[in-house]
Amino acid sequence: MAQDQAEVVGPAVGAFDGNEPLLVAALRRRDEAAFAALVKRYHSLMLRVARAQLNDVAACEEVVQETWLAVIKGIDSFAGRSSLRTWMFRILTNQASARLERDGRQIPFSALASADAVASEPSIEPSRFLSRDDGPRPYFWMADPREWPEDALLAAEVRSVIAEAVQLLPDSQRVVITLRDLEGWAPDEVCEALEISDGNQRVLLHRARARVRAVLDDYLGSGGR
Amino acid sequence: MTPPPLQITCKEFVELVTAHEDGALPEWDRIRFESHCQHCSGCRAYLQQMRLTISALRSLPREMAEPDNLDELARTFKDYKPRAQS
Repeated sequence: MAQDQAEVVGPAVGAFDGNEPLLVAALRRRDEAAFAALVKRYHSLMLRVARAQLNDVAACEEVVQETWLAVIKGIDSFAGRSSLRTWMFRILTNQASARLERDGRQIPFSALASADAVASEPSIEPSRFLSRDDGPRPYFWMADPREWPEDALLAAEVRSVIAEAVQLLPDSQRVVITLRDLEGWAPDEVCEALEISDGNQRVLLHRARARVRAVLDDYLGSGGR
Repeated sequence: MTPPPLQITCKEFVELVTAHEDGALPEWDRIRFESHCQHCSGCRAYLQQMRLTISALRSLPREMAEPDNLDELARTFKDYKPRAQS
């Protein structure tokens, strides 16, 4: 039922797919190919995560470069208490916070994320539910949501609708849904990488999913146009 | 009129889906969630929409691009000598 994502997989990095101890060992003996595979696998994702934390594209590039240098210097002291990717992205988050502090202009991501999580945002418009005046079942559906055909989301066109919906999410929601759903990270990895609480990551993930669902429901309801 | 204690409303149900799918609901909330779902066709439809949404998100293609200075980074990596070792 619920738990199909709990598979703890290591980073999918070239020949080391899923075998994190082997990858870490290769990095420790300075295996260039292993490192290049790691960079190829995570560079884009780092940029996307940085982009949610910093507004300035050039600053994101710099922060990601600084992160790779920190990974190069720090891999020997990586203790394996978290997954390698969690450790790397935590470095990224720290670099981004340091950057924000240095530029003295924005609030750190963790503060932004908790402010966003506290603000109220219902998954479904309240008008879709019966009200207290409508009789004995307030807050139940006024009309049932429609059933989607099982194969409704398989079309290539739908993928671009989904990708666009993700792009349009607020920063804090976009980064959490990217790591949790698009990349398949476990909740605790996301919390640690972004320095946010478990409750906040779940609220942000839920809102992000609810927004994407609403976009899809509109799309499917309009006959896919 | 207040619903019986074991019951949650549809409005509450839709907010609990992610916590339920993560296995993060406290036991009693999980029981309320699942029993509501059994009796409510609207929430079953909503849950199905969310599950289809999640699996579609998981199957989105991954964007991967390497940095322009990949070779330089890889060299820096290979040649890096920890300072403390002497």
